[in-house]
Amino acid sequence: MTAPALASAPELAASLPALPSAVGVVLLVSAILMAIGLIGFLVRRNMILMFLSTELMFQAAALAFVAFGRMHLDLSGQVFVIFILTVAAAEAALALALVVLLYRRRETLSADAWAELHE
Amino acid sequence: MTLPALLASAEIPPFQGVHAATSAPELSWSGLLLLLPLASMVLCALMAMSRTRTKLPAIVTSVSFLGMFVTVLGLAFRVGDTPVVVHLFEWINFGWTAATPGPERAGEELWRSITANVGFYVDSLTIFWMLFVTGLGTLIAVYASEYMEQDRGVSYSRFFFGMSLFLLSMSALVMADNLVLLYLGWEGVGLASYLLIGYYYKKPAAVAAAKKAFIMNRIGDAGLALGIFLTWVNYGTVEYAPLFAALSDPPSGSGSWIPAAIPFCLMLGAFGKSAQGPLFTWLPDAMEGPTPVSALIHAATMVTAGVYLIARTFPLFAAHPDSLEVVAWIGGGTAFLAATIALAQHDIKRVFAYSTLSQLGYMFLGLGAVSTFGAAYHVFTHAFFKAALFLTAGAVMHGFAGQLDLRKLSGLRHLPGWKIVSWAMFVGCLWLSAFPFTSANFSKDAILEAAFIMDTPSYRFLGWLGLFTAALTAYYSFRVWFRVCCGPVSYSPGEEDHGSDDHHGHDHGSPGGAVRDHAHEPATSAHHGDGHGGGFHPHAPRLAMNLPIILIALGAVLSGIPAYQKLAGGENWAQQMVLHSSAYQGSAMPLAHGDAAVEHVAHPTVLGMNPHLAMMVIGGVAGVLGIAIAWWFHLANRQAAANLRSSLLASPATRWLPILLERKWFVDEIYHAIFGVPAWIASHLLHWFDRHVIDGLLVNGVGRIPPFLGRVFQPLYSGRLQGYAVTMSISVGVILLWALWAWIVGEAPR
Repeated sequence: MTAPALASAPELAASLPALPSAVGVVLLVSAILMAIGLIGFLVRRNMILMFLSTELMFQAAALAFVAFGRMHLDLSGQVFVIFILTVAAAEAALALALVVLLYRRRETLSADAWAELHE
Repeated sequence: MTLPALLASAEIPPFQGVHAATSAPELSWSGLLLLLPLASMVLCALMAMSRTRTKLPAIVTSVSFLGMFVTVLGLAFRVGDTPVVVHLFEWINFGWTAATPGPERAGEELWRSITANVGFYVDSLTIFWMLFVTGLGTLIAVYASEYMEQDRGVSYSRFFFGMSLFLLSMSALVMADNLVLLYLGWEGVGLASYLLIGYYYKKPAAVAAAKKAFIMNRIGDAGLALGIFLTWVNYGTVEYAPLFAALSDPPSGSGSWIPAAIPFCLMLGAFGKSAQGPLFTWLPDAMEGPTPVSALIHAATMVTAGVYLIARTFPLFAAHPDSLEVVAWIGGGTAFLAATIALAQHDIKRVFAYSTLSQLGYMFLGLGAVSTFGAAYHVFTHAFFKAALFLTAGAVMHGFAGQLDLRKLSGLRHLPGWKIVSWAMFVGCLWLSAFPFTSANFSKDAILEAAFIMDTPSYRFLGWLGLFTAALTAYYSFRVWFRVCCGPVSYSPGEEDHGSDDHHGHDHGSPGGAVRDHAHEPATSAHHGDGHGGGFHPHAPRLAMNLPIILIALGAVLSGIPAYQKLAGGENWAQQMVLHSSAYQGSAMPLAHGDAAVEHVAHPTVLGMNPHLAMMVIGGVAGVLGIAIAWWFHLANRQAAANLRSSLLASPATRWLPILLERKWFVDEIYHAIFGVPAWIASHLLHWFDRHVIDGLLVNGVGRIPPFLGRVFQPLYSGRLQGYAVTMSISVGVILLWALWAWIVGEAPR
């Protein structure tokens, strides 16, 4: 087998018949993760669990980046994921610290304890 | 014979144009005509600030007016037949290039400029006008020094400030060498008139009258302003000298509407200022002002500014004779209408006010009949006799605590101290009724005979109307004199505190009276000032009022001199003065050439006589008849007038007559219905619209949108984190759905 001739990225993408379904599967997983995270965020009152749900949605987004990066044969998607993970780690530390502070104020983890902050 | 035909007829030399004006820098001392009243204005303002209670403002004003009179006399001896332009200082002077109108000269640039300096155009018409303006101004200022004496203090200074402002503006108006300076003076006299009509500013009627005068004048002034604009547009200049030079060329035959519109615009201005035609209603109300103001501004001088305007810009009018016929009709109509109203008024000043309207109507009839001499001469004679009438009416008002109802005054002639007033009023009435061989008879006849010489049916009608009006004039003027000055002595005081003894008792004791000359008081007035137990004591006028009355009555008598000279076969200098000015062109009519021309031009006749003789005879008969009727109804048989009125009222066929006359033809009511009521309705509709649509719907409606939106979306902001999350997710979902839909729709055609 000789090596295939060099082709431009779109041509290459079009010449790979298996890829769309693989990307589709990954995107489907990403969507399911996003839905689970969203539902979790909406139905739970515990701030830690809500925070975990947001992390789940984060990962859904990261997965989508990876999938689209693969689809376009572009490494930027994966590079973005590295950044997202870094930022998510920092943000997780910050968010957990906030949750701890909020818990100390009200002696509860329920988000409803802070409902009077409207207006 | 129509005007163009007359102008074309061979006997009359063609109009050679107004003499070209020469510049005369050596006459710049005539700038005193502006400086003197300006100085007295400033001094009066300073005296008002220092709250002086002396008669100093009156003295300063009278002296400055006298100075103006002397200046005019000086000018009169220096200026001959040629008009002279005296440049004082630059005011408006600039030029620019403008694109040429019309396609044929497209691309060329045209040099346009406007020059309107403060300068004087001095010719005999100017001097003629200024002589009586400043002369009467001086005498009336002296009169006012006594008439206004109970107001000494700030108001006294304010009064003389207004008088000075008036004379300043009037000299700017008359002397101006361009239409813009004339307009400045025109507005200035309007302002002075407004301020002085509203002098008693605590009296609602005076304030309303001042407003009315000001607003009515605005209508006319808009016309004048338009006329000036159009003059500049058409002739490229607003200065008289180049303007008259341009006009003496034969018309270039351009069929533009502009030159034809100019006289009509200027005419509107003249009608506003002189209270003619549809704009007359402000003048009778203007009598709310102090009487010296009525005499000077609203009878003798300011209201003749309209006549002056037309006489001064007569070449513009003569170029479009149609406009002159309109002037004649408006003038003749006003003369008749005002005379009929004057028949039925009881307030002496109002009778005189309507007679002023009527006489001004004659002047406009004269202008319209192309007798600028008749108009200007009638202005001159009228200024004296009407000022005399108003000053005597003022003396009566002053002495009888504001009483002006001629039914409540009688036999003044027999009261001690009132002889001068009575006989001056007699002279005034006799002259007003144009009794044969009075100066007013000559001036009025000059006007009426010009109307007959025009010899078209419409001018003939106006001539007969004028003759009939002359009889009415004689009747209503002698109605006043017979009622007030003759018959048994009886009087009742008026209700105003103006001139009441209370004021005088106070004033006589005040130290500020030092300026007044007690030694000259007639002994008969000595009783006022001391205790006045029960009865009312009229106080007769003293020297400062009597002297101007005598001089002005004398002036009325002497104003006939030009006409007497003419009768004696000499030259009528008044006629020469008017004809050697821009008003000449109109008088390129037979009148300018005396009897000889009349004989050559196809003899129009009146009842088989030539117009001169006819006017003498018919006018004289009309005057005497009017006086005789007045004598019968108001002296010999006073009850007859009341009987006549009640019998007229009793019959349904004639009852409209006294009602119509007493209610002044319902002109004010008609104006109220035509302009006032629609304006009232429109203003209320607009008020409703403003309140409910502009304020209610737009301003407050827009203001209500944010709170409304807030109320709609407020439930979303519950403070619950999940609530926000739901909102956000739904929003994101909607956006996604929209993107999806757009993608499907966008993709579908492919």
